[in-house]
Amino acid sequence: MTLALVDGNNFYVSCERVFNPKLEGKPVVVLSNNDGCAVARSAEVKALGVKMGEPWFKMRDLAKKHGILALSSNYALYADMSNRMMTVLRQFSPDQEVYSIDECFLGLDGFQHLDLIEYGHAMRQRVRQWVGIPVCVGIAETKTLAKLANHCAKKNHAGKEGVCDLTRMTDTERSALFSNIGIREIWGVGPRLTEQLVGRGITNVEALRNSDAKTLRREFSVVLERTIAELNGIPCMDLEEVVPNKQQIMSSRSFGQYVYDLAPLQEAVACYIAIAAEKLRSQGSVAGMVQVYVRTNPHKADAPQYQRGLTVPLTEASDDTLLLTRAALWGLKKLYRPGYAYQKAGVALLNLSAAGAPQMDLFSTAKDNSRVMAVMDRINGMWGRGTLHSAAEGVRHDWHMKREKVSPGYTTRWDQLPLVT
Amino acid sequence: MNGHQVPGCATLPGERLFAGLPQPCIPQPGIPMLATPVPAGFPSPAADFVEDRLSLDEHLIEHKEATFFVRVTGNSMTGFGIHDGDLLVVDRALHPADRSVVIAVVDGEFTVKQLCRIPTGVLLRANGNGHSDIFVGPDQELTVWGVVRWSIHSI
Ligand SMILES: [Mg+2]
Repeated sequence: MTLALVDGNNFYVSCERVFNPKLEGKPVVVLSNNDGCAVARSAEVKALGVKMGEPWFKMRDLAKKHGILALSSNYALYADMSNRMMTVLRQFSPDQEVYSIDECFLGLDGFQHLDLIEYGHAMRQRVRQWVGIPVCVGIAETKTLAKLANHCAKKNHAGKEGVCDLTRMTDTERSALFSNIGIREIWGVGPRLTEQLVGRGITNVEALRNSDAKTLRREFSVVLERTIAELNGIPCMDLEEVVPNKQQIMSSRSFGQYVYDLAPLQEAVACYIAIAAEKLRSQGSVAGMVQVYVRTNPHKADAPQYQRGLTVPLTEASDDTLLLTRAALWGLKKLYRPGYAYQKAGVALLNLSAAGAPQMDLFSTAKDNSRVMAVMDRINGMWGRGTLHSAAEGVRHDWHMKREKVSPGYTTRWDQLPLVT
Repeated sequence: MNGHQVPGCATLPGERLFAGLPQPCIPQPGIPMLATPVPAGFPSPAADFVEDRLSLDEHLIEHKEATFFVRVTGNSMTGFGIHDGDLLVVDRALHPADRSVVIAVVDGEFTVKQLCRIPTGVLLRANGNGHSDIFVGPDQELTVWGVVRWSIHSI
């Protein structure tokens, strides 16, 4: 198998730069909608040491000093630019797996007669010209290696000008390269697994590649065994293979301003449930438990601190937003204590299983809402999340950070087109 | 990708797109809806002559993924029939030829001008009421953002 992973560079920032050339060469961050964390950073911002997910309030001084420009997320724009990018890339291979908003795998079996490095450059050039987005291309024999090749291209560890083809390397060259890459860069190796493996002396990709897969499988998981095989060029994941469903779905945000009363907390929690439930239904699962938590700002040590979570079991698993909301709000009411400045709330849907026959439940009004939910998801998918919502989500969203730094709907709104003089 | 793409279903980078997202059932423009069976005995006399209805998208857009719309402000290009408030159809897939009308980036701003290659460099020609042309020397950087294919003017 030969395949490419194509990944947009600082995708959200790049989308913004297409329509606002003044951002070129400047440090730019894109902030998440309502918690003010960095969700995309330009190279200039990364160089300043700003981490992914860093809260805006923490980088304010740095921003002032270095002139970092912050933008709110413009998801309508990013979704449109993503569609354009993916469609252009499909010109290069009929086998495409869109993996995320800015990444796709392209199957290259049957393209071996081409110079794949040149082919990678052609992809890069075309996406850049047609859509305006810079991308990097990693080429290898397995998905895990293609991801790693892409990482190398992006960080300039190997390859040239944003294209890295591992299939052109000898095994000695690979060993040298992999010895210098930490295992946390490997696809599917999370922070916890990294820590455990480092504890056993496995720190770099080369060390993991040469570890005994069977032993590690017993100690960790079959997923790690597959990863090791893939690192050795043995494909374990097909192109269209659907990754296993998530075992828990979480949704949480920090508030744009402190929240004191129960009502805005309820709105926020209902909103998070709506987001999480949408994900739950999209993967065809139902949840058996709903967890809700609130906390004050731990960085403000002088203020009274409160942090508590509560898990509400459902008598029968469900994917119904209204029902999950009711359970979460019931939990929230038990948790809530007046007199605190709440900074964050969150929910988690737990005990997930495959959706089956219609369910009934403690909180249920014995009415099956699945059709309502399907319509809700479809409409929210078409017109943006939150077009339709349950009444508990509220409409005022005081706790919501203003999206005042959001750029225009350059490609989605007639009244917001780019202007030319 | 076609008319069935769902706009607005954004995910974060690294987060998987939904596999089972319900697709909205929107008939594609331009495709005649003859899939429904016609009752026996009533053959439609028009069926043999069915053709796609004319579509402006088809007429104006050659490369869907590379085409963007922009709005004109000012009167620097009236000589080219491009007026204040006009809607321009811009194709980024095309290579700008000499004398193409292009969207260029000058000092971080978009401007619509005619690209003219001259011996000493490139001239971005305006053709309006006294607006001056912009000269770009060989040592200066010029970004051509896209090639203007159509100007849509409201009467
Ligand atoms: Mg990316």
